Parts: sequence; C-alpha cells; structure tokens
Amino acid sequence: MDKHIVVIGGGTAGMEAAGQLALAGFAVSLIEKEKDTGGHLNDWYKLFPDRRNSSEVKDYLDKKVSSKSIRILTETYIEKLNSNKDGFLLFTQDGTELKADAIVVATGFDLFKSSRKEEYGYGIYNNVITSKDLEKMFRKGKITMTDGNEPKTVGFVHCVGSRDEKVGNFYCSKLCCVTAVKQAIEVREHLPESKVFCFYMDMRMGGAYYEELYREAQEVWRVNFIRGKVSEASESINDKLVVKVEDTLAGRPLKIELDMIVLMAGMEMSEGGKKIAEQAGLQTGENRFFSPADHHYANNISDKKGIFYAGTCTAPMNITETISHARSAVSEVINYFNDKA
Amino acid sequence: MDRFGFTISKGRQIDWEANNRDVVDFIIEREPSLKSCIECGGCSATCTTGNFTSFSLREINILLKRGENELVRNKIRKCMLCGKCSLVCPRGVNTRNVVFLAKQAFQKLDNHAV
Repeated sequence: MDKHIVVIGGGTAGMEAAGQLALAGFAVSLIEKEKDTGGHLNDWYKLFPDRRNSSEVKDYLDKKVSSKSIRILTETYIEKLNSNKDGFLLFTQDGTELKADAIVVATGFDLFKSSRKEEYGYGIYNNVITSKDLEKMFRKGKITMTDGNEPKTVGFVHCVGSRDEKVGNFYCSKLCCVTAVKQAIEVREHLPESKVFCFYMDMRMGGAYYEELYREAQEVWRVNFIRGKVSEASESINDKLVVKVEDTLAGRPLKIELDMIVLMAGMEMSEGGKKIAEQAGLQTGENRFFSPADHHYANNISDKKGIFYAGTCTAPMNITETISHARSAVSEVINYFNDKA
Repeated sequence: MDRFGFTISKGRQIDWEANNRDVVDFIIEREPSLKSCIECGGCSATCTTGNFTSFSLREINILLKRGENELVRNKIRKCMLCGKCSLVCPRGVNTRNVVFLAKQAFQKLDNHAV
C-alpha cells in the first residue's frame, strides 16, 4: 500500500495510531508540537490504578513508533489544511508541505487552567498546587511546601473545572476522582505522619480496580473523604490554608486548616485541537471536544471524509481507553480505503 | 430586660481543629471495618428505630468521624442493638459492634454507663 497518513498529535493516541497504521502497511507522518512525543504521559509519574511507572507505557509507545515507515516531526504544528479530490494538503509552520490520503486527529486534551477558579487561590496563595504539580514532586521524591517543610495536612479538591457551569464545563472529566485517590495514597506513603482529605461531589470510580483503590485509601491509608464542593480557600493569620466546605453528609458547614491544597484539574479540548477544528471545518460538541459521527458506533469518524479521531480529542478517556480508541481509528482508516478501492 | 428574648446562636460549623476524634479512633482500633463506610445509608434504611425516631446510624458514623461526639452520646441511646444494619452493609462494616464500641468509649470517657 502506498497510502500516506498524517497523524496530528504525538501523545498516547497519536503514537498508538501511528504504530498500528505502520503495522497495517501505511506510510505515516506523526506531527508533534512539543520537543518530545508522549504528551501528558511525560507529566505523570505513576499511573492509576496499579501505580505503575508512566515511563513503562511511554517505552511501549516509543517501541511502537520506531517502525521505519513512521516519520516523526517534533516541534511541528499545522498552519493550514486543504482538502482536494485526491486527499489533503497540510502545511506546517515552517512551510513544509505534507500530502495525505487520510488524517488521524489525535490532538488530545489540555488540563483545565486552575487559576480560572480564582476562589481556590492557585497562583495567589502559597501551597495551592495542581495534580500535575504534585506529580512533579512525586518524581523528585519530595513533597515540600514553599518554605521547604513537609506538609502535615493535605487536601484534594475534586472537580476543578469539571461539572462546573461557572467555567462552562458541564461534563465530568472522569479521571480526576481516581487520580485524587491515587495521589492521596502516594502522599500518605511519602509522608506517613500526614493527614489527607478529599473533598468530592461524587466519587466516580467507574473503571477496573478503581473502587478497590478507593477502598484501599480508606482502609489502609485512612484518607478522609468529605462530600461537598469546596466553596473557597483563604489564608489564615498563621499562614495556613483555610477551606470552607458544606459537609453534605453531616448536613453542616465544615471548616478546616490545611498546609497544602491540591486542585484536581479537569480535561478540556486542547488549544491545538480547536485550531485543527477551525482549519478543517470539523464539528465540535457542546463540550467543545470533537463531535464524532455517532457516539455509539462511529466514534472515530468525523464529519469530513478521510479525517478520523483518536483518543481524548473526542472526550475524556484513560490510557486504556485511549489506546483502544486509537486502534479502532486505524481500523476505520483501513475500512475507508477498502471502500474506496 | 433580662427576658427581652435575645440569645446567641451556637455556630453550626464543624471545626475540624477544635474537635477531637478519640471516640472514633477507639472504635476503629477495635473494629477496623468502620474505616470502609461510604455513607450509603443502607443501615439507616433498614433500621427499625430509624423508622420511628430520628435515629440514623449513617449520621452517627459521620458525626463520629468528624469528632462531633457530644451529639452522638445522646443519639446512640436509641439503638436497640438488633444488628439488622450489619446484614445490609455493602462494605461489610460490623455496624452493631460500632454502636456497642461507641457506648464503651463514652463509658470509659465519662466513667459511667451510656
């Protein structure tokens, strides 16, 4: 087969799709805007629910894209995208022209910018950090406050930028709950003397072995789960962070002082994805993610012939789902050329 | 003037730092299954006492965990220790023993039967 496919986005979905396409006999160009492929995997230390090192998945993907029919273009993004009767013509920012017979969009997600929820004090108070910032600390093997001391009390705020009409995101990002539970356990492992709290609206542990992890957090690590949406964080006179929350199960307001607050940032349609949507005239949904032709049985197919979707550019997904979604995108590409022939 | 009618309302807020969680720690040490409670309320739904009074074991559990011990001390007297709650708990909490141990804890703290 002499067909050439351009995969836009070199994260988990893009790498898996590129690898599968190469196995199916296509020539592939994998476009990545950053210096390295791997996407958000590079920011995470360990993965839920089994807490394996993210580098193991990255190694698998690196191997997958090492095929000689895959050309990887890093620090590259698409400036212009034209379609014609033969396929597509893409132009990168340095003017390189890429001809494509089909396109797989794998532009992924961006983490919600936590400073948009001003009331939680990210970028205002010391020691209000995001889930991603905490992963960096895990990688370093040291959890410290800005004064260099270890925190004694850590609170996780769920649903930051998810299920929140105030920021225009109605949807559930679906992975933050299990991430919070994983990180809460890791904090307790690192700092055995610490007390850890999770402030949640609902615990959405809908994945294989998520509920078991939640249970471990309660039984082994004694993480305190408090059901209620944090209304605000403020600083006390002794430099602690004060959280106010309605303890909805007690039916009373609760006030607590913490050394550190971790904001569980949700997932949003990526800026890169929005650009591609505009350039190619692709349909996006109310949640701003790409809108596939059918949510049940054509989840990889776009509203433009020859353009396919892989991974979290269509909705929040975990790594397992992302890899499966990327593979199914490739089978849609294969069907597309079989139908054309 | 002293009967003018003004009173000072007691705050409803749960103050984590001000409360102590000795009672719940006493119970968990002896009945670790309490840690697994997810506040589903199955125990309260099946409770005969709860059908006739405001008694709720789910509420007792959360108040214990928050250190609102004074409220628990009085509420807990209503339990008849029938143990029906233990039969429905999806997380396998020995709820009957939780009530029993709570009574023991208060008895120890107060030095008289609860």
